[in-house]
Amino acid sequence: MEHISALVLAVIITAMVFDFTNGFHDTANAMATTIATGALSPRVAVAVSAVLNLAGAFLSVEVAKTISGGIIDESSGLNPAVIFAGLVGAILWNLVTWLYGIPSSSSHALFGGLIGATVVGVGMHGVHFAAVVQKVVLPALAAPLVAGVAAALATKAAARITRRAEQDAPETARRGFRAGQIATGALVSLAHGTNDAQKTMGVITLTLIAAGALPHGATPPVWVIVSAGAAMALGTYCGGWRIIRTLGSGLTDISPKQGFAAQAAATAAILSSSHLGMALSTTHVCSGAVMGAGVGRSARSVRWNVAGRMAVSWVLTLPAAALVGGGAALVADRGTAGVAAVAAVGAAVAALVFVRSRRSRVGADNVNAVDLAAPAVAPAVAVPLAAEPPARAA
Amino acid sequence: MNVDWNALGIVAGVGIASTVVLVALFCVGIAAWGRREAGSGGAAALTGAVSCFALCAAGVLYGLYLIVPQLHG
Repeated sequence: MEHISALVLAVIITAMVFDFTNGFHDTANAMATTIATGALSPRVAVAVSAVLNLAGAFLSVEVAKTISGGIIDESSGLNPAVIFAGLVGAILWNLVTWLYGIPSSSSHALFGGLIGATVVGVGMHGVHFAAVVQKVVLPALAAPLVAGVAAALATKAAARITRRAEQDAPETARRGFRAGQIATGALVSLAHGTNDAQKTMGVITLTLIAAGALPHGATPPVWVIVSAGAAMALGTYCGGWRIIRTLGSGLTDISPKQGFAAQAAATAAILSSSHLGMALSTTHVCSGAVMGAGVGRSARSVRWNVAGRMAVSWVLTLPAAALVGGGAALVADRGTAGVAAVAAVGAAVAALVFVRSRRSRVGADNVNAVDLAAPAVAPAVAVPLAAEPPARAA
Repeated sequence: MNVDWNALGIVAGVGIASTVVLVALFCVGIAAWGRREAGSGGAAALTGAVSCFALCAAGVLYGLYLIVPQLHG
């Protein structure tokens, strides 16, 4: 570890920044429905989620191995500047989609950024496109479908089984579903930790291998696991309130029963695919599950225009991040001045997004209140959304 | 290109089946608990509810056991 250069250090720090954006982008996946139904208060929800994120990071490294050694060819002449460019592309896409409250996939942003930067900096042979299709594209199509079908079936089953209980003992049923929601929300957070924190671990490991600090095919060292998990947990704790609003009350109005079914489906899909080393997007799974839970009640309860815009952003995420990452690689590959220029532009765009976001702030206090003109006190339950799409409202 | 349809199929099957089974079990537990609260079920309803919730917890723990490689070599 003695010969870590300033550039490698910059890449590691950038990877942590990405992990932070990953955390606050994806808090919504685990906790949006729990917050929307009032099962947990917003602050408590993000705190629980952050702790479990961190715990999840230690559980398994299957997905990390998919990145370092799977999608990108470590031996193709990949250098830290290219990885840096890829990370900047991913961070910028994450920030812009957060500004508009779109639950896009942090994983796809990361893969897109890295693929674009590698193609520009190294060439087509630096990317294992077969692995991209098998480990990223196919799971991306299948995962929301599987989670959606599971959530829809589970919602229907739950409604049938508890119909009498909901009539005879409505308070008991409600309490039960809320408890179930808290438990499944915790599990999604844990699964998110095992899945997404690993992606950054994979990138840092890839950088250390590219810099020659680790041998080929190495697994992430402990300090990488700890710091990646911590960066994501911190991001999670900060809460991506804009996206939580979209997923919790923008897509469909979620009851505790549906939230429970959706989160159970999401957990099952993430954990089973994590086990097989498939780097699927937690975001796609959770959005698919929320949609499925909506369909399980009635297809009309889903706001298909919001769903449609989300689907478009899913398709765009990988190529858009690849474009930004590729452009950044073009500059960053020209030495220290290039890397500094990319860092400066990246920081400027991030600052711009932050300033822009202050104009219509969404926080723990107003995440469930869809109309920003409404009183600043958060209502206990989600206010149904009018025709106005949340991307514009937030 | 060698797509591992088998793995995808397993993820889909396991994901959907485990979701529906666990959610259904939990709901049976809620239903039993509700019967007891409503006064139409006695000790049997309570036992049923508790065993349903216990089975759910066991299922979740088994799932966690499966994804942590350190636990099974």
